[in-house]
Amino acid sequence: MNARIKPPMGLDNAWWWQMADQGKLGIQRCLGCQTLRHPPRPMCGDCHSLEWDAVESSGKGVICSYTVLRHPQFPGYEYPLIIVLVDLEEGTRVTSQLVGCAPEDVDFELPVEMLIHEDPDGFKLPVFKLAGGA
Amino acid sequence: MPISLKNEAAVAGIGLTDFSKNSGVSELSLAAQCIKAACDDAGVSPAEIDGLVTYTLDSTDEIEVARAVGAADLSFFSRINYGGGAAVGTIAQAAMAIATGQASTVVCYRAMNGRSGKRMGQGVSGEITSSDLIHWSWYMPYGMLIPGSWIAMIANKYMHTYGVTREDLGRVAISQRNHALRNPRAYGYGKPLTMEEYLQSKQIAEPLCLYDFCQETDGGCAILVTSAERARDLKRPPAVIRGVTQASTRGQEQMTSYYRDELLSLPEMEMAAKRVYAMSGLGPTDIDAACLYDAFTSEIIMQLESFGFCGEGEGKDLVREGALDIDGRLPNNTHGGLISEGYIHGMNNIAEGVRLIRGESTSQPAKAVEHVLVSSGVGVPTGAMILGKAD
Repeated sequence: MNARIKPPMGLDNAWWWQMADQGKLGIQRCLGCQTLRHPPRPMCGDCHSLEWDAVESSGKGVICSYTVLRHPQFPGYEYPLIIVLVDLEEGTRVTSQLVGCAPEDVDFELPVEMLIHEDPDGFKLPVFKLAGGA
Repeated sequence: MPISLKNEAAVAGIGLTDFSKNSGVSELSLAAQCIKAACDDAGVSPAEIDGLVTYTLDSTDEIEVARAVGAADLSFFSRINYGGGAAVGTIAQAAMAIATGQASTVVCYRAMNGRSGKRMGQGVSGEITSSDLIHWSWYMPYGMLIPGSWIAMIANKYMHTYGVTREDLGRVAISQRNHALRNPRAYGYGKPLTMEEYLQSKQIAEPLCLYDFCQETDGGCAILVTSAERARDLKRPPAVIRGVTQASTRGQEQMTSYYRDELLSLPEMEMAAKRVYAMSGLGPTDIDAACLYDAFTSEIIMQLESFGFCGEGEGKDLVREGALDIDGRLPNNTHGGLISEGYIHGMNNIAEGVRLIRGESTSQPAKAVEHVLVSSGVGVPTGAMILGKAD
């Protein structure tokens, strides 16, 4: 197997990957109290509503933290692999990958923007690049 | 009147197999061997065991173990989730069972072919969907497959904010390796580690390098718990459980609690500290030595703050002062820990806590050791325990 690990598609998460497949970064929104939440959950921990929809993120944010993965190297991923926590301008935080950036150029608080990466097998996932970069 | 677990139960026996990279035997065999050893240590027959506790990750069923060692009828058996987060949680289960009369002789065990068998961090995926698998799915597709990658994200932010250097992580690794040099069971026995070697080692998940990681190990470790009263009459000096608790906090995830407002502390470990100090009536100044969970070096520095041995961002200063060394303020993981003795998911750190109370660590501090703090896994639902000498 040479492709990246695919997420199981359950009732609580499949919609997020389907939005990614349509080129969008989704954020779950509680319809009871309008709170945005990520990762998604079936119930709002504040108002306990089971009703929710999804908004499309602008994809703009800043790097909260990061790590550069060098070893071990698993098939389906490119190394060195930069993983970032991004504070989105909507207020939620998402774990993703930083692409098009050398490991020595990544830093805390740098602005980033989302783009959709597509694997050779057609699987799509939201990743980020430094804002204003190529 | 609620039952407090303070002074209700004690560790009366510890048992370990040899540690290796390839045991050549089944995990059931390792479990049976370490449980028999714990019974021998306590001077108790395996036929007296009426309670068994292990980790959900353990492959060996309680009833398989019971048949293998010839245990009595079992009136108590339970398991704790979350990997190394289960460690002292198993002891909490045993203490509760004993305090409430559900069982009288409870053995907690963890036996794993952690190197030659199923290794940690191999990724999860597939058709089966559960809340746990969906949790991991936010990380696996991006390539965050190993525990080091999950911990590195928190460590990097913490180190950046408080000016913690790679040398500080190296000091933790070297301190524990120095302890291991005196422990024949340890992976690090006879293998000194220098700062130069540390700094030149392979980067795995920045800022973590090879020597920041624990040792994948084959082995088993068992802890025999009985009432504090009965433990007095058994073969070995008891390590009395002064306080023990589990702890999971708001926003808790397994290894990836990344969505809390701030990422510079360990809220679940602070909760464990507060509860274990309150139960025992003790505080940080009463703790003479520690076995803080150490799957990764960075976790030690953060826990020094969680347990109140210093203020926020000051963990590195304690490390630089040599606090973790054998003659330091808080000799820590004097067997070498998960990093330099072996990774038996924290059970072997509990065993060392008992040795420190008995005064028989291979790196026993010269000072009197009245109270030892032991913690469970970091970055997961966790727990803490304070062991003390019998009055």
